Amino acid sequence: MTIFVSSISILLGLGFAILLSAMRMSGNLVLINFARVFISFFRGVPLLVQLLLIFNLLPALGLSLSSLATALIGLSLCTAAYQAENLRGGFEGVPPGLIESAEMAGFSPTQTFLHIRTPIALRMTFPALVNEAILILKASSLVSVVGLIELTKMAQNLAASTYMPLPIFASAGLIYLAINLVVAAIGRRAEVALPGLPAK
Amino acid sequence: MTTPAISVQNVSKRYGETLVLRDINLEIPRGEVTCLIGPSGSGKSTLLRCMAFLEETTSGSILIEGEPLGFIEKDGKRRAQSPSELRATRSKVGMVFQQFNLWPHMTALGNVSAALRRVRKMPRKEAEERAMAQLTKVGLEDRAGHYPSQLSGGQQQRVAIARALALDPTIMLFDEPTSALDPELTGEVLNVMRALADEGMTMVAVTHEIGFAASVGNTVCFLDQGKLLFHDTPEKVFAAPRHPRLEQFLDTYLDRGASMLK
Ligand SMILES: Nc1ncnc2c1ncn2[C@@H]1O[C@H](COP(=O)(O)OP(=O)(O)O)[C@@H](O)[C@H]1O
Ligand SMILES: [Mg+2]
Repeated sequence: MTIFVSSISILLGLGFAILLSAMRMSGNLVLINFARVFISFFRGVPLLVQLLLIFNLLPALGLSLSSLATALIGLSLCTAAYQAENLRGGFEGVPPGLIESAEMAGFSPTQTFLHIRTPIALRMTFPALVNEAILILKASSLVSVVGLIELTKMAQNLAASTYMPLPIFASAGLIYLAINLVVAAIGRRAEVALPGLPAK
Repeated sequence: MTTPAISVQNVSKRYGETLVLRDINLEIPRGEVTCLIGPSGSGKSTLLRCMAFLEETTSGSILIEGEPLGFIEKDGKRRAQSPSELRATRSKVGMVFQQFNLWPHMTALGNVSAALRRVRKMPRKEAEERAMAQLTKVGLEDRAGHYPSQLSGGQQQRVAIARALALDPTIMLFDEPTSALDPELTGEVLNVMRALADEGMTMVAVTHEIGFAASVGNTVCFLDQGKLLFHDTPEKVFAAPRHPRLEQFLDTYLDRGASMLK
């Protein structure tokens, strides 16, 4: 469950982060300010509070969502804000000449954004993306507050029923560590395999 | 008389207080090679970029095959071209940059086929066949699967030329295409340009390769401090007695070229 919730959130969050970046570069003041407020809110409010807010707010609005959906929304919106902030550096680092050559090739601004700027920005910020994946994996231990049974919650339950908290929490810790070491290793592999960063 | 490939009419360009181009008038004839030379900072890149509408002129107009670039004139009134109108006019023009500007996340083949697929909406297979034909033309068919970072500067610039040619432009603009290259790599790029000139492509090249300008150019234009001082056939431009500013330029900036011509 931990791996499932985290990986879906990372991917959803990435998609949303790209959308936020597009808004921020759109030149439309409403969209720019929306992205700005969104990013400061989700970066400035603790994830635990966000999750509790979403968990209590949505039913009040007449939307009843499962624990899983609530956890996914909370985690992916939060990571979207952080990833958008990471991507900003990547987008700013795309050399203007590459955008001019896309313009000369007849690409529309949207095509340039999708096919040139975004892939290059993603490559440039890939290490930060792996880092964010690790943070989200660890932060996923918080989603038990919305009633989802993930690794940490399971350990708590087990500890309560077996009266052996130390070995159980130690095992849980080791599992987190193992997953994250794997993520980091895959990240390093991918980084080497990814072709083509722009020359300095 | 046919309409020229490009007409530059009373073009001035200002960056803040500095006047970078001063009332330039120039016609680029079809099927000919026009070389722009001049000291660094004289406005050569700016003029070339105006011909591609990568820079907007402050005043004056540029016509591509008789059609205004960047604006439309109707009933004596001017309005800016819409993005799609601009793309249509600009599609006649291919541009090759000093820094190549290849997209680093695509292979050579990907770079050359990208616009065919995304802009011309060609099926992948057809786009890649056409791209391959262009790569073959610049002698890089065996490098199609390489990423820019795996290619030498000369090879990257030839991919960039293939990328521009794949879109069937009628005019090719070159901004110092060999200036970022090691001397031993300039030859392969100049050879591709020479072959293109022999095919009758209309070309405008900013270059410090005086030998290329003298042997391939039909016209050589000398820019100095934003002014087009003169333009003529290379024979006339380089024949002694030379214009004092040109003489000075050849001496200061181009030791090699100047000694060759003396
Ligand atoms: N974007 C810009 N903003 C301000 N000044 C510029 C800009 N681009 C070029 N210039 C100035 O315009 C002048 C001509 O530049 P350029 O056309 O690049 O010259 P060249 O290509 O002949 O070396 C230079 O003095 C340069 O500093
Ligand atoms: Mg220049």
